[in-house]
Amino acid sequence: MSDIKIVDARGLSCPQPVILARQAIAQGKFPIQVLVDTGTSRDNVTRMAASSGHQVNVETKGQEFVVTISK
Amino acid sequence: MSSLTRFFTSRWGPILTGIVVGVLAPILVKLGNPGNMGVCVACFSRDIAGALGLHRAATVQYIRPEIIGFVIGSFVAALVFREFKPRTGSAPLVRFLLGMLAVIGALVFLGCPWRAYLRLGGGDWNAIPGILGLIAGIALGVVFLRMGYSLGRNRPAPAALGWVMPALMIGLLLLLLFALQFGRDAQGKLTGPIFFSTQGPGSQHASLWIALGVGLLIGFLAQRSRFCTVGAIRDVILARDMHLLNGILALVLAAFVTNLLLGQFVPGFEKQPVAHTNALWNFGGMVLAGLAFTLAGGCPGRQFILSGEGDSDAVIFALGMIVGAGFAHNMSLASSTAGPSAYGPAAVFVGLVACIAIGLTMREPQTA
Repeated sequence: MSDIKIVDARGLSCPQPVILARQAIAQGKFPIQVLVDTGTSRDNVTRMAASSGHQVNVETKGQEFVVTISK
Repeated sequence: MSSLTRFFTSRWGPILTGIVVGVLAPILVKLGNPGNMGVCVACFSRDIAGALGLHRAATVQYIRPEIIGFVIGSFVAALVFREFKPRTGSAPLVRFLLGMLAVIGALVFLGCPWRAYLRLGGGDWNAIPGILGLIAGIALGVVFLRMGYSLGRNRPAPAALGWVMPALMIGLLLLLLFALQFGRDAQGKLTGPIFFSTQGPGSQHASLWIALGVGLLIGFLAQRSRFCTVGAIRDVILARDMHLLNGILALVLAAFVTNLLLGQFVPGFEKQPVAHTNALWNFGGMVLAGLAFTLAGGCPGRQFILSGEGDSDAVIFALGMIVGAGFAHNMSLASSTAGPSAYGPAAVFVGLVACIAIGLTMREPQTA
């Protein structure tokens, strides 16, 4: 079993991707991969994670993005 | 291009957009738009509804080119920056209802959040209870979001679906240019199906091409910067995130300075343009609007911007606003400068009950 926590936020309206990512961060298990499918969600999740002091890496996969959040 | 992208997603993106809106909106007023109505997405939806004959309030009928510009500007930005992504299927019926309810609330106040901030920047202090109501409505929406409220996921759609709203806007532009008149009134004079006001706010507008140009520029900038007049407050309440709010503060400040320079800053409560002084219903109308916009994921401008990006659920919300604006006038729900109308306050109550029901019941289905 993978230790990576996956949060699927594809297709959700603002600000639900950010809410789901924040809930995952609050659980404290890293790394977290947040799947999003719009530039807006990618930017919002990235900004939230970075401003709360986490390391963020964004990978583009076709039309979607994987935002990886680690401590 | 990537440095441009970085700039717009930095803290300066919303600030630049706010400054552009705050400067250009009062200039549109100088060039002919109604007072403190350089941009008002709710009022302009109402004017478009009137121009299409969905209501017959003769003073508020005009096809506002700014709205056409919002969608086309966003459409172009999304295509250029590869963010054009047709999608659909996230509770469209509820979004249509939310659009109707949001515009009814906004028309009880007499303005959407964009105009509330512009009214503040023009010295109309009646905007203050409106903005307080907006904050209260958004805060209530955040409560539902924290409880797990969701309209569910959209899914990718054929490219053609994303082209429908821009095509509709080109259609509106043609109707504006050619203003079809093939009906006859009781006296035999030509009338409709397109109606343009000859007096009142609907007759006041900047020249078509200037208004369209401003709309295109704002649409382009707002698509890049994700500018949202409701998300700004929502993000502060939800996550202490000032990113979008900085854009709103820039808007109000820029509007204040521009109005001052143009001699349009008139501080006070009385005799403000297209406004009433009933603080309770300025507040109440915007509680409903703020809640409905929050439940739909963004402010009215943002919904038109998302429409340009290919989000057809946002299109449904925008169409709900136009239809709702028609009802607001046909059913005497919209306020006038004299104050709230006969049924406006009751409509706000009914709308709030409906929004609370939506907030409590809509959840993402568990498919695991």
